[in-house]
Amino acid sequence: MFIRKLAATAVLAAATLGFSAAAAAEELTVGLASEPTSIDPHYHNLTPNNSLARHIFNPLIQMDANQALLPGLATSWTALDDLTWEFKLREGVTWHDGSPFTADDVVFTFERAPNVPNSPSSFGIYIKGKTVEKIDDHTVHIKTEVPTPLMPNDISTFSIVSKAHGEGAATEDYNSGEAAVGTGAYRFVEWVPGDRIVLERNEDFWGEQPQWSRITIKPIQSDPARLAALLAGDVDFIEGVPTTDIGSLERNEDITLSQGISNRVIYLHLDHFRENSPFVKANGGGEISNPLRDVRVRTAISKAINRQAIVERVMEGVAIEAGQLLPDGFFGVSPNLEPVAYDPEGAKELLAEAGVPDGFELTIHGPNDRYINDARIAEAIAQMLTRVGIKTSVETMPRSVYFRRASRGGPDGTPEFSFVLVGWGAGTGEASSPLKSLIHTYDADRGYGASNRGRYSNPEVDALIEEALATIDDAKRQDLLAEATEVAIQDGAIIPLHYQVNTWAGRKGIGYNARTDEYTIFTEVRSVE
Amino acid sequence: MSVFIIRRLLQSLLVVFVMSLLVFFGVNVVGDPVDMLVNPEMSQADIEATVRALGLDRPIHEQYWHFLSNALQADLGRSFIFGEPALKLILQRMPATLELAFVSLVLSVVIGLPLGVYAGLKPESRVSRTIMAGSILGFSLPTFWVGLMFIMIFAVVLGWLPSTGRGETVEVLGVGVSFLTLDGLSHLLLPAFNLALTNISLVIRLSRAGTREVAQQDYVKFARAKGLSSRRIIFVHVLKNIMIPVVTVLGLEFGGLIAFSVVTETIFAWPGMGKLLIDSVQNLDRPVIVAYLMITVLFFIVINLVVDLLYSLLDPRVRLQDVKA
Repeated sequence: MFIRKLAATAVLAAATLGFSAAAAAEELTVGLASEPTSIDPHYHNLTPNNSLARHIFNPLIQMDANQALLPGLATSWTALDDLTWEFKLREGVTWHDGSPFTADDVVFTFERAPNVPNSPSSFGIYIKGKTVEKIDDHTVHIKTEVPTPLMPNDISTFSIVSKAHGEGAATEDYNSGEAAVGTGAYRFVEWVPGDRIVLERNEDFWGEQPQWSRITIKPIQSDPARLAALLAGDVDFIEGVPTTDIGSLERNEDITLSQGISNRVIYLHLDHFRENSPFVKANGGGEISNPLRDVRVRTAISKAINRQAIVERVMEGVAIEAGQLLPDGFFGVSPNLEPVAYDPEGAKELLAEAGVPDGFELTIHGPNDRYINDARIAEAIAQMLTRVGIKTSVETMPRSVYFRRASRGGPDGTPEFSFVLVGWGAGTGEASSPLKSLIHTYDADRGYGASNRGRYSNPEVDALIEEALATIDDAKRQDLLAEATEVAIQDGAIIPLHYQVNTWAGRKGIGYNARTDEYTIFTEVRSVE
Repeated sequence: MSVFIIRRLLQSLLVVFVMSLLVFFGVNVVGDPVDMLVNPEMSQADIEATVRALGLDRPIHEQYWHFLSNALQADLGRSFIFGEPALKLILQRMPATLELAFVSLVLSVVIGLPLGVYAGLKPESRVSRTIMAGSILGFSLPTFWVGLMFIMIFAVVLGWLPSTGRGETVEVLGVGVSFLTLDGLSHLLLPAFNLALTNISLVIRLSRAGTREVAQQDYVKFARAKGLSSRRIIFVHVLKNIMIPVVTVLGLEFGGLIAFSVVTETIFAWPGMGKLLIDSVQNLDRPVIVAYLMITVLFFIVINLVVDLLYSLLDPRVRLQDVKA
């Protein structure tokens, strides 16, 4: 009896397999490096969650692959005056249940998004200080207390949810699918935590129809296992290809690689604020007046670093040398900054000028599980600095320990370390994001410099950043941001190393329009020749 | 017997309490989960608000007291990451892990026992030597390496079996199981075998040693002299007597299989509790780690109790009242 049942199941399974093989051209199975923590688009402001939400829901304004702004559920947005923005909403858009999308849904989203219970990282930061008002069914006005030039960028970060389904719905109701009713290109089918998320094409989608009728997302954290799943044909497409495997994949004719630069800069932050820095010692281990406060020493460190070698050897060619906070092409970057050239002799001269001709002892701290090859980058830098006389030792640790200590592990919540390796991805896709958080003087009351782990402080730069953040005019703001960047980088506020390049891999003929924000969006995964 | 069980339960309560102390304080001195949760663009005030919302600003003994009083009402806290009850997250993933552990346990016995008995009966034969050499490999090769090799060979090169995930599941009594479908079975085979490898070797060694010892005993010689078939001797007289050490060890190993199949689950992306644990450790999702370890403690207590009870069934000489454990 049991055996007969098993045999029947087997036949059934074989039939299903045959069927799925026939329809395979339209179905996509993907292996992701990390699993979303929720289907609720407002629960957790986290890359895997945001990128999943982009399929089921839409924001008012979307970001394209280069984080340029595109109309989403809003067709246009204009600043009526310094404090009021008008958003025209797209007409004829329906929710997955067929009901129409209106301004009420937008108003509801502004209420819900900042107030999701238990949210570890809410979207409130983008909604704070904005009040939304319905003008008619397809027009809303958003009012602010201060001029907010980043309004479109802020608005692009969060998804609009349906009022009918979202009212009174908890995060669990989205996870179960009950409330996961959006306007996006895909409908939510099911989430089996740890195993798969299934999406189905929304045939009534307002935008361009994506290629895949059904998408199965499998979280496969382990890098070699994810790659093996692709090679074995269990998944069609993966993200987060490890740099060490890119060489062999390039030679593999069954695999198509897609690469693109990201908005993440890997940089070094130095202790600007302590007279005696805990991890800077004179040769032999004695006390020394913190040499990192001298701009000549900071420039020397930058010159002593061979960025080309890091890119070629440590990153296996999969990174781009950095000279500022964001790669070319982003809003607010300076056209005048180039990566600092490798110049060990020049570095030694600068050290001599600064009164430390024989160098000093330094410890570089970094994470070992956060950025691509992070620990190895720290090791390479230590060797390069030691070569010009700054005897550098390396200490790396898991990110769960590292970031707390690097941000506030010292006395009175000051940064514990003297010289840290960190990365920064500009979520808003423009230069004010790193300037505000990394470069501006630490000011907890006004929310500036939250990640300024070197406590760099320069009134000139602060003034430029604050002026930029209050300037609605795009051209003027762009210049202000570029100028702030130039002053800060030339002053050695941080030392940029490289921009990460991300790699996706698909079966032969499946390509991806690589995104700078590191999201994996399946509407952009397409058959290519 | 009931006295024995009552005494064991009281002891268990003490163990659970001590473990809760150790686990809670141990997990809470490492790192800071806030940095794992917040978006880097958040301001200092927003980060502070998150700290308060998670209750991390309160002194640790207060947090422990809060945890303990909730735990007594079967609430082991809410995951920082998922925002759902930690117990629910763990129970959700438990069937997958139990299935994997159970299948791998069956594999250990089904493969290990015959090989071990054979090697014990014919210790000098070439086949036996091969089996014993193989068991050393099974012990000493690291699980993650073997797992990756399995994937390379059976999934990538030969393409016989899938490399990842759990496959199709069927609901049995409200619990999804995958061993009833062909697709599910094919997904199950590699991870289960990978997980079973160490235990197969263990069973081989135990049953070989047991068989060699038992085969010299008078009652076996007598049985043989009586003219019983060797089949009957092995299956009735030998096997029964070598089972005691095997059951003891497998019982303990079963706990280990359930609680710490982390490596196998990670490599094969098996949606079980082990993967949840390793993710939670990486993200410092403290409530889930604590809840997980508490459940693990309960598991071991129950399994030990079951093993003790099984003893008395297998060996009438063991009387539970006498066990002063």
